[in-house]
Amino acid sequence: MRPRAAGKIGLKGFIRIHHLEILANLFYGLGIALTPQNLFMALIGVVLGVAIGAMPGLGSVNGVAILLPITFAVPPTSAIIFLAAIYYGAMYGGAISSITLNIPGASTAVATTFDGYPLARRGKAADALVTAAVASFIGGAVSIILFTFFAPPLAEFALRFGPPEEFAVVFLAYGTFAGLGGENPLKTVIATMFGLLMSTVGTDIVSGSPRLIFGEITGFYHGINFLVLAIGLYGVGEIFYTLEGGLQARERYQAKVGLKEILSTIRDLSKYWGTLTRGSIMGFFVGMLPAAGATPASFMSYSLAKRLSKTPEQFGKGTIEGVAAPECANNSASTGAMLPMLTLGIPGSPTTAVMLGALYVWGLVPGPRLFVENAEFVWGLTGSLYIANTMAVLVALFAVPLFIWMLRMPMTILAPVILVVCAVGGFSPTQDMFDVYLMFIFGGIGYIFRKLDYPMAPMVLALVLGGLTERTFRQSLIISHGSLGILFDFVGHPIAAILMTLSVFLFLLPIVPPLLRWMRGRGGPQILKTEGEL
Amino acid sequence: MKLSKWTRWLTRSLIAALAIGVLAVWSVSDALAAWKPTRPIEFIIMAGKGGGADRIARLMQKIVTENKWSPQPLVPINKKGGSGAEAMLYLKQKKGNPHVILVTLNSFFTTPRLRKLPVSYKDLTPVYRLAMDTFVLWVNAKSNIKTVDDWVKAVKAKKGKWTMGGTGKMQEDQLVTNMLQQAYGLEGLITYVPFRGGGTVAKNLAGGHIDSSVNNPSEGLPHFPGKVRPIAVSKVPTFKELGKPKLVYFMQRSINAPGGIPKGAIAWYRDLFTKLCNSSEWKQYTNKKALNRACLTGGPLASFFVEEDNKHKALLTGMGLLK
Repeated sequence: MRPRAAGKIGLKGFIRIHHLEILANLFYGLGIALTPQNLFMALIGVVLGVAIGAMPGLGSVNGVAILLPITFAVPPTSAIIFLAAIYYGAMYGGAISSITLNIPGASTAVATTFDGYPLARRGKAADALVTAAVASFIGGAVSIILFTFFAPPLAEFALRFGPPEEFAVVFLAYGTFAGLGGENPLKTVIATMFGLLMSTVGTDIVSGSPRLIFGEITGFYHGINFLVLAIGLYGVGEIFYTLEGGLQARERYQAKVGLKEILSTIRDLSKYWGTLTRGSIMGFFVGMLPAAGATPASFMSYSLAKRLSKTPEQFGKGTIEGVAAPECANNSASTGAMLPMLTLGIPGSPTTAVMLGALYVWGLVPGPRLFVENAEFVWGLTGSLYIANTMAVLVALFAVPLFIWMLRMPMTILAPVILVVCAVGGFSPTQDMFDVYLMFIFGGIGYIFRKLDYPMAPMVLALVLGGLTERTFRQSLIISHGSLGILFDFVGHPIAAILMTLSVFLFLLPIVPPLLRWMRGRGGPQILKTEGEL
Repeated sequence: MKLSKWTRWLTRSLIAALAIGVLAVWSVSDALAAWKPTRPIEFIIMAGKGGGADRIARLMQKIVTENKWSPQPLVPINKKGGSGAEAMLYLKQKKGNPHVILVTLNSFFTTPRLRKLPVSYKDLTPVYRLAMDTFVLWVNAKSNIKTVDDWVKAVKAKKGKWTMGGTGKMQEDQLVTNMLQQAYGLEGLITYVPFRGGGTVAKNLAGGHIDSSVNNPSEGLPHFPGKVRPIAVSKVPTFKELGKPKLVYFMQRSINAPGGIPKGAIAWYRDLFTKLCNSSEWKQYTNKKALNRACLTGGPLASFFVEEDNKHKALLTGMGLLK
């Protein structure tokens, strides 16, 4: 009594025929996940994950890769439960350093800094941390339910994403970010271009030759790692900036974080159920796509929330809605990314790529047959996701007072500690000292950017997505023999064409109304002002 | 006097015996307590996380850890930059350091030549060859192509629009593609689309975004059967059997250390990987993933490298990539 592998019967048929069977399987899976050994593995994994995620520079991918050898000692089901728990925990933990220190622990947590850090500076770090934990829980819960019921048919869908479709998704992401920049559009464009320029450093996948390596600097061969830039700009730059202002104490932080405070934050958060639902569902689907992953999902969710919010002007200044949107999306996306890994053997994110490697090491072959031949493994994992998600929210909430306590340390102690942590964070992804030096250079750039009031988010974003954008665009053009028509081919590539049309619409959205107004003769200067939103 | 002379003689001979004994014990213990790693071993992978080389490296780590064959852990580190250039330059920097080893692909031969790097396989110490990975010609399962003849016809019918996906540019997959073109007279009819890793190539083939691929078996197997179909090499007929003896190309999976490391260290690693290559876990993996288990070390390995390097040089020159 296992669900059938392929989704040839269609989505509706699949649900009708199989929902009872899936429920039975789910309870079977929960039974496996609740055995003492697996429960223990999940708990250890979640605690380690939160701790690793909270450290700048160490994200879920490092956590999973470093701790992988530990799993050799236990059966595969317990091992994957352990790794999934780390993955989950790290997603919760990533928000912590974003909020408290303005240093994103991983690319998935960059969007969380936009409102999380302003909240912390206003003394509302606890509110932001509780919001992040609760939003993560909601995102996780929604995505796990989607995962449980739709895994096989959705995998089939993910397979339809080739280079043109992947490019269209990234383009759509850019479309939704339009308006993400600061006040000055020219500065936003400059920052974006700088980010794109940096994304071209390293080996060019299409021609195969190294670019912008400045002669023969080995450290540039692997490109500029996103974390090196983010930690440099946000972490080191922030320290420089704080040092300049003297080492005066920060604002006071609310001391008490009890059940009452948590409940009141949850009550505030319930106003934003629309944002949470949209973010969670979108996160799952974007995360599922092989190319995208949790980072674009969190950015898209943030921009969407800003666009649809009743109080968009509050975004960037510290609103819990701006923390909730990316946090629910990135957790949801992390579950989504596991789906193509298990059903197709395609990782949806770097972390799932390592997990996929682990599957092979354990002697399992991912694919539709995995659901039939290794039902214990698949459903044990699914069951454990429910448990890990619940554990992670509890661990994250318990950890809040600890981090608040840390924030109340004087800057004379905190600043050197942060610098050391930043250096470790810059070193760990590539284990190359070159990246640590590079990170300090970016720290200087970050300081200058802040002094000159340049927005940093567009630069980071451009570096994260730049490589993917270029690669998929050029692959599409190679496939189409140089014709741009492949991106708008409603017959051959309907998904790409629909997404591209949608993104063009999104790009035009801020320009068209003022343009129409101008054509009606209401005066020219406005167009310049509103175009700035691009 | 007599007695004291006797005593002196006895003392002298005792000292001499002791000295000889100590020397003997030293030399014996030196031979017995040969080199052993004293720090964690950096296990450099010249490709990204999740690819074929990465999987093999992590499997080796598992086998060594489980059997407790090494007193120090193997720590896999991916240095994928520049089609392996980053990894090779790193090993050159680590000359004489016995705590670094490298797991290779064929870009081990091609990258230094194409990029004109100041390093080649000759600067490294060959340790052990564990397997020869095969390449398979795959098509989407929905197509009608069942044999290589069908494939050749289909390529010709598409008049230059046939797409072949592969990993990277001027790396193994493109070499194989070019060999196929030469063997079947398909020059100029195939467009090569570079992707980031073998898994992505297989996925794009399964989704019908490219027309064919030359994935290693381990990369294509997740989608087989159902989504992709192998038409030549392992279980299906080999190109050699199909009358194309020149179309023989393998991906060597071997271990190398930096140049100038102690003899004892070389011996220790050889011993370690001999055990690994002959372990049941390795036999099982190579069998399951259709790799050819191919244990080789010492002199034969060194001459194998020379042979392979010459072969790649000829291949690259034949394609006009080298002058």
